[in-house]
Amino acid sequence: MNILLYLIPISLLLGGFGLAFFFWAMKTRQFEDPDGAAERILRKDWDDKPQ
Amino acid sequence: MTAALDMSAAADQERGGMAACAACAVAPSAQSIAALAAGRGANIMLSLPAAHCAACISTVESTLMAQDGVKAARLNLTQRRVLIETEAGVQPAPLIAALARAGYEAHELDAGMLSSTQTDRTSRDLAMRLGVAFFSMMNVMLLSVAVWSGGDGATRDLFHWISALIAIPTVAFSGRPFFASAARSLRAGRLGMDVPISLALILATGISLYETMHSGHHAYFDAAVMLCFFLLLGRYLDHRTRAIARSAAEELAALEVPRATVLVGGVEVVRPIAEIALGDVLRVRPGGRMPVDGVVLSGASEIDRSLLTGESLPAFAGQGSRVLAGEVNLTGPLDITATAVGRDTALHRMADLVAVAENAKTRYTSLAERASAMYSPLVHILSFAAFGVWMWITGGDWRYAINISAAVLIITCPCALGLAVPAVVTSASGRLFRMGLLIKHGTALERLAEVDTVVLDKTGTLTFGTPSAVDFAAHPADHVALASALAGASSHPLAIALRAAADARGIAPNPDVTDITEVAGYGIEGRYKGQTLRLGRAAWVGATAADMTATYLRWGDQTHAFAFEDRLRTGAQSAITAFAAMGKEIYLISGDTAAPVADLAARLGIANWRAGALPQDKAQLIADLSAQGRHVLMVGDGLNDTAALAGAHVSISPATALDAARVASDIVLLGADMAPIADAMRIAGQARQRIVENFGLSAAYNVIAVPLALVGLATPLAAALAMSLSSITVSLNALRLK
Repeated sequence: MNILLYLIPISLLLGGFGLAFFFWAMKTRQFEDPDGAAERILRKDWDDKPQ
Repeated sequence: MTAALDMSAAADQERGGMAACAACAVAPSAQSIAALAAGRGANIMLSLPAAHCAACISTVESTLMAQDGVKAARLNLTQRRVLIETEAGVQPAPLIAALARAGYEAHELDAGMLSSTQTDRTSRDLAMRLGVAFFSMMNVMLLSVAVWSGGDGATRDLFHWISALIAIPTVAFSGRPFFASAARSLRAGRLGMDVPISLALILATGISLYETMHSGHHAYFDAAVMLCFFLLLGRYLDHRTRAIARSAAEELAALEVPRATVLVGGVEVVRPIAEIALGDVLRVRPGGRMPVDGVVLSGASEIDRSLLTGESLPAFAGQGSRVLAGEVNLTGPLDITATAVGRDTALHRMADLVAVAENAKTRYTSLAERASAMYSPLVHILSFAAFGVWMWITGGDWRYAINISAAVLIITCPCALGLAVPAVVTSASGRLFRMGLLIKHGTALERLAEVDTVVLDKTGTLTFGTPSAVDFAAHPADHVALASALAGASSHPLAIALRAAADARGIAPNPDVTDITEVAGYGIEGRYKGQTLRLGRAAWVGATAADMTATYLRWGDQTHAFAFEDRLRTGAQSAITAFAAMGKEIYLISGDTAAPVADLAARLGIANWRAGALPQDKAQLIADLSAQGRHVLMVGDGLNDTAALAGAHVSISPATALDAARVASDIVLLGADMAPIADAMRIAGQARQRIVENFGLSAAYNVIAVPLALVGLATPLAAALAMSLSSITVSLNALRLK
């Protein structure tokens, strides 16, 4: 059962990472335009060099 | 206060200075334009209704970036808007023109009006709380499953403690909207739906913490966070649907940017309508809308009054004619002196009528409100009864009794009830939005499902409000070729319709017509083989006016009449047929004269019609029908319809309607086709049925689970199962909508 001592903190940490990324995505307004984001990846405009 | 007074005094002084110095009139006007631009900030927002794909994003953004003074442009495809960051002083007109050349229709939006940051913030706040509840639900559930599948002793206690560590902050953070709303309703002396929810959240967390401290067997931390998640989901969906509808409605309202051209010392200055004073001289170009009530100072033109009165024929306006705010100038530029501004205009008197109609309308209680009014007291009584009875049975074991009453509260908690309405409304409004109907009001669908009487306006609603030629093939070809040549010089609706009909018949304009000039307000004049040609009003041409919408051609000493009629809106016939098939009673009421109304009623098969109706008459008809216990759907577009729209049980207006009519109505028809209205009624009926089914489903779960909880058999596992199963069934049922 000692494995729990590692697994529980690891699972909480991973969950925490997920939550932190969610916060970051909300803060940087990445949910503002879901339709546009879906279409933007199909453009060829910035394929040679990033924007 | 003093500062504000000082500022307005300074502004007066500046204006006085402007008038005194005639020579430098140009400079201050340029200044005021710059000030106007600066006041709006360096951001321009344009609405692009046609943008839909990746290619659109590239084209629109690169077109805008190529313009002078544009720093950044970003197209939001979800909202079909582009936000442009510009250097100071950049005007939107050239940007709109550039987009038009690239093939995109663009409208300027009032950025101030659109920064609906409040709704935006609430929506992001709810999403944040929802995300937190979701992550804790997953983690706590993981730990709970371990306990349920046989965790014991120290392991169970450890898991309970970790759960507590996650769940307590989550409930405190994610549950805040419920706590706040419960506190508000308690302070107002009511027992809202959020009171039992908050009680369940607090009791579940408190009891679980107490049990954990005393190494008890059962902890409800998972139930508490799950409750939070499902209830927040319902709240979020509800808010989202309303926010989307609201921002789209704002977009429609903002389409007309409230600015007018004022003549200051003979120089044109663009000013916000709010700054126009009595006696100011305004220039209204053809195609422009009268910003204020006034008297024509100079110029001659024809004006379209259809939005105010429902008249389908344009009226003549010359020096001394009275014009009203909202009328559209058609053929020639007019200079008008403002006689009534702001609140005193005819437009605003109409708005007062709307306010009266809205007050008269009884407040509608939605299904959800009725359900929660029944639900809240019942849950409290059950929970307290369980506590009392178990105190009595166990002889005062308050820990056990509180456990039971908490279990009752958790199990009855309205997860499914909270999702029952929003899930259905979200799914239904999504379907309707794709069909081109915008639901502006939360309960509009429910009200639409109850409709038994339909009242329709004529001009602009059942018809397009634009003329098209009647029996055009019967006119001799040489007359048509001459008339078409003259009509090409004018933007009068009848001239445009004539030209279009001639093109459709394959008759080219006669190229030998020369010296074509438009006589604003009367018609078009030209010369052909030494003879004078005239196309226009009967009196000016020398013809006798017929009893129909027509324009007259004079060729030598002969006159010839071209008749027109208002074209029927696409889908009007099928919508009317569908209404009749559904057994709805149909009324047609219009401000237009009797002949065209009777003709249209006969064509569409509407038995009940009334012509020459004033705005008050329309509102009165709605009030009379409502007094007979009928649920009326009003469909209208004009200012003269607004009072009727506001007074009806539910109302629909087309997107081409004036702002006032769109604001007063519950649903906006975005496309030109009217047929979706009948589909909307069908979907509304279905949605209402799904909502009732959902209530039934959540009640059924409670009927099974509550007795178990009351006799003390509800374990945290049973509570979690009941809660998630009922929420998922309710959501799936909502998706069955076709």
